[in-house]
Amino acid sequence: MSWTLIALLLLPLVGSLVVAFLKGNDRTAKLVALGFSLVELALAVVAWVAYDPSSGARLQLTSSVDWIPTFGVHLSFGVDGIALVMIALIAFLMPVVIGGAWSDKLPEGRSASGFFSLLLAMQTGMVGVFAATDVFLFYVFFEAVLVPMYFLIGRFGGPNRQYAAMKFFLYSLLGGLIMLASVIGLYVTSADKLGQGTLDWATLVTVMKDAPTSTQIWLFLGFFIAFAIKAPLVPLHTWLPDAGAEAPVGAGVLLVGVLDKIGTFGFLRYCLPLFPAASKQLAPLVLVLAVVGIIYGSLLAVGQTDMKRFVAYTSIAHFGFIALGIFAFSSQAGAGSVLYMVNHGISTGMLFLVVGMVMSRGGSRLIQDYGGMAKLTPVLGGLFFVAGLSSLALPGTNSFVSEFLVLIGSYPNQPVFTIISTVGMVLAALYVLWVYQRVFQGPVRGTALLNVAAGPGTATDPERSGIKDLNRREIAVLAPLVALVLVLGFYPKPVLDVISPSIGATLSEVGVTDPVAQEGK
Amino acid sequence: MLAPASGATDAVAASGLASLAWLLLALPAFGAAVLLLAGKRADKWGHLLGCATIIAAFAYGLALFFTTLGQGAEERTSELHLFDWIPVGALDVEFGLRLDPLSLTFVLLITGVGSLIHIYSIGYMAHEEGRRKFFAYLNLFVSAMLLLVLGNGFVTLYFGWEGVGLASYLLIGWYQYKPEAASAAKKAFLMNRVGDLGLAIAIFIMFKELGTTTYTDVFARVDELSSGSILAITLLLLLGACGKSGQFPLQAWLPDAMAGPTPVSALIHAATMVTAGVYLIARSNPIYNLSADGRLVVMIIGGVTLLIGCIIGCAYDDFKKVLAYSTVSQIGYMILAVGLGPVGYALGIMHLLTHGFFKAGLFLGAGSVMHGMNDEGNIRRMGGLAKYMPVTFATWALGYLALIGIPPFSGFFSKDAIIAAAFGEPGWRGYVFGGVALLGAALTAFYMTRLLILVFLGKPRWKELKTSEDGREYHPHESPWSMKIPMIVLAVGSVGAGFFLENGERLAGWLEPTLGPLQETHGALDHTMVAILSVALSLVGVALAFLLFGRKPQPTTRPLRVSFPVRAARADLYGNALNEALFARPGTWLSRALVFVDNKGVDGLVNGTAALLGGSSGRLRRLQTGFVRSYALSMLLGAICVLGALLMVRFS
Repeated sequence: MSWTLIALLLLPLVGSLVVAFLKGNDRTAKLVALGFSLVELALAVVAWVAYDPSSGARLQLTSSVDWIPTFGVHLSFGVDGIALVMIALIAFLMPVVIGGAWSDKLPEGRSASGFFSLLLAMQTGMVGVFAATDVFLFYVFFEAVLVPMYFLIGRFGGPNRQYAAMKFFLYSLLGGLIMLASVIGLYVTSADKLGQGTLDWATLVTVMKDAPTSTQIWLFLGFFIAFAIKAPLVPLHTWLPDAGAEAPVGAGVLLVGVLDKIGTFGFLRYCLPLFPAASKQLAPLVLVLAVVGIIYGSLLAVGQTDMKRFVAYTSIAHFGFIALGIFAFSSQAGAGSVLYMVNHGISTGMLFLVVGMVMSRGGSRLIQDYGGMAKLTPVLGGLFFVAGLSSLALPGTNSFVSEFLVLIGSYPNQPVFTIISTVGMVLAALYVLWVYQRVFQGPVRGTALLNVAAGPGTATDPERSGIKDLNRREIAVLAPLVALVLVLGFYPKPVLDVISPSIGATLSEVGVTDPVAQEGK
Repeated sequence: MLAPASGATDAVAASGLASLAWLLLALPAFGAAVLLLAGKRADKWGHLLGCATIIAAFAYGLALFFTTLGQGAEERTSELHLFDWIPVGALDVEFGLRLDPLSLTFVLLITGVGSLIHIYSIGYMAHEEGRRKFFAYLNLFVSAMLLLVLGNGFVTLYFGWEGVGLASYLLIGWYQYKPEAASAAKKAFLMNRVGDLGLAIAIFIMFKELGTTTYTDVFARVDELSSGSILAITLLLLLGACGKSGQFPLQAWLPDAMAGPTPVSALIHAATMVTAGVYLIARSNPIYNLSADGRLVVMIIGGVTLLIGCIIGCAYDDFKKVLAYSTVSQIGYMILAVGLGPVGYALGIMHLLTHGFFKAGLFLGAGSVMHGMNDEGNIRRMGGLAKYMPVTFATWALGYLALIGIPPFSGFFSKDAIIAAAFGEPGWRGYVFGGVALLGAALTAFYMTRLLILVFLGKPRWKELKTSEDGREYHPHESPWSMKIPMIVLAVGSVGAGFFLENGERLAGWLEPTLGPLQETHGALDHTMVAILSVALSLVGVALAFLLFGRKPQPTTRPLRVSFPVRAARADLYGNALNEALFARPGTWLSRALVFVDNKGVDGLVNGTAALLGGSSGRLRRLQTGFVRSYALSMLLGAICVLGALLMVRFS
């Protein structure tokens, strides 16, 4: 019985409640929220140290108590390397998000305590999703995490927030209900086989291994659709640009950086091990969606006029790479995908934050309202560029390692899909550099920059625009992200060492061997 | 007939002085990091730190070079393991350096020319705001370029390859408030990325077929590859080389890159980065040795590009753009040379080195002229400047003589050897490639002489114009010593490097452990004959230019009514128009169309479904307001369904 995960789960919940009661005292609420998130980060470090990747145990830090014995449902938790890095990612991002949202202007009548309380509630939900080792428990967290996000978008978001929140909600709810059907199906299948039904993940893996392919395919599809909405894969992606654009920046970072990874995490934890035959049979279908997502998402990112929607579409392209790596079935591609999930959280999180910092200065989301901003805010320009480089996977940044692993690992099994995907590398350079050019390069221009101090059309002198470069808080928020971008770009080994054994276990559960064999090591 | 896999010389672990080789990367990187982080505090001393780190790297490189020279040929290849970079399963990418004659040659070129250009930039950039940042980017470039040539495998090469692309982007876009500079920078990065795809896919194939990406292992086992895989790899690597080295069909970015400050053009877009493609092919010689077809394509690309560069170079009026197309064309010679295989690898590298001297010198001379002429770049607004800038003129003229291949200047030795080797190819190939190379020599002499006349000789046309287009009066003047000294040093190299490297096959012998022995050729024309022909043709080019441009005064604006070939050359032989029509415009339309479809079609479908679910938009709105309740209700309904289902299963 390990208490680490339970502490990780409960701490933000307690924090959320405490912060909620600090209504009317915003500063204290923020400090308390930050304090809780930092303690949570320390706990995540403890979990990281306690986890032993070389032990060979599939799930570690496990704990379990009966919940609904009649239906074989337990409150059981545990992590493999994949879940561990995701939990570490949330723990890392949360203080950054809280710092980033520190002086956000909230909509009329909304309090900071409510906002930060919801952020912490989100964290509990997300830790639960990654740490649950009972399928029903996973389902509960999967649905529960929608609630705080719905309120974060719907109450604290942009002008079109109600619409975006509902769209997000309907999509996810629909996916969840379809998944629920499959969860029930799993219970039935296990009951058939064992006499007593169970929803314990590890038991189900052994049960489902020999299930007929047709059963597997039906149940696979239930999970797959839910995850493909979450991830999101084209054509189930249209909720994301709206939700991402309307969400307040902090919630957007969590939404795209972590919450969406539930989908790709689900592929790895549920689709592949529980339905190996179906996974192999349907892989080409998923790969098509993945590659279409890469190209389609990139092309749409090129054409966006709104910076936040732009970030959302780049993410759709990146999710394509992640899905490609997962369904290419090799240790390099799989490890690359998981690392991609982490790196995308860091780089897109950073991109969201710098876009937020641009918007907080110019007051507009539209690219065309800006221009030549690097002259006014060189540090913000530089950090926007770093986030962009990480997004286009330049070697030396974190994302290169993961994108390279996904592609080189996918090539042996799927050369055609891989080669098409590499076009996404060129498109990524295009969309990043073009946005950077339009917002930051050229002469100072755009209504958002020139009319801040004076009335419309009067201030043409950039010096008097009143736009200031980053303050200390903003630099402090971005600095840890830049550091991780570089550290993981040069030395990803510690993370890869945690991920790789779990990918190896997943591949053997699917029953595939690496296309490029390891020689005598 | 073909040399054995010559690059596969066994490497020993680096020891002694060589075990500090990481300093080569770390010194410039340290400089860059300090300059970027220190901000305005570094304004006073930033440029000095930048220079110091590069000069220190050069000094270390020299020491390492002489130490290696003292060792036997078989001990000259060593490897230095730094750390595991990307280890997953069978893939084991280490961060390691390979020190051998080829990489050390490049180290000296990069840090040597790099030091000179750093020093030159102190004066050239003296009036720039944020000069420290410029030095930070230059340092970043040197560090990445050294990684490119020192890395011990294709993935570390790729790292350096994209790293120099980043530095190039930052420096082309140095004047980023100018829209054309920002666009040129973006174009360079994008066209390079297209080439990078080739390099990346080649690496994927190596991993799939051989399970490794390090030079030692790939070259040792290259004969396990099928001939199809080898051909694919050679062509894909060539695509990478075309992007980085401005070769056809990816040449269009290089002239635009001249939007960057002139020291950048000299270092990155003439002497070092753009020659990386030549390095890549020479480095991969064990692979290219196995594919005659692959090498033929390399030769064709080199030949086509060298002509394209020459022809367009004849028509431009922008000082730096003429030099840029000259670079495109000279790299065409180098690519042609390495495409010849074992008879040409060392020749390509030799031309690369001599070109590094004289082309960097020519660019610095151009920078010096522009510096003294209110940043004027249009050669039609110059003329007669030799009198006002004697040192610049003298050093530039020496570089000019080297480039057009007049003996005994350096370009003569290196270019002639390539032409002779091209004639040595069997059958029609010898005549075609040799002929193209000869023709190129004549054209080179023509456009360079035109440049010489319009800038330094003839009537001072700027005197009639009085002011540059921005209204400042012209006061041509010689540049400060910090700029003159690098020009003089490079001029000395332009004079002597060719003979020095050629004499007794000094360079070829030094490179043998990496490139294999330089093989002799005996073609349709012997070496003396080729030498006589190429010098004679160059002189014809010079004479023609004097006849056309030297006898009568030239107009200060370009004549508009010109023949079709001149129009075509002025339009880059329609390279940009083609890119525009084939990729840029259809791409823009596709992107716009998809945005429309995504908003109206895909999203509309979903919204429609949502509206259906809600019954009507009115009910949708009500749903929004009371949504929590509905959610609680649906949770409850869901739970009831589950329970019901479970009960049925349990008790049926």
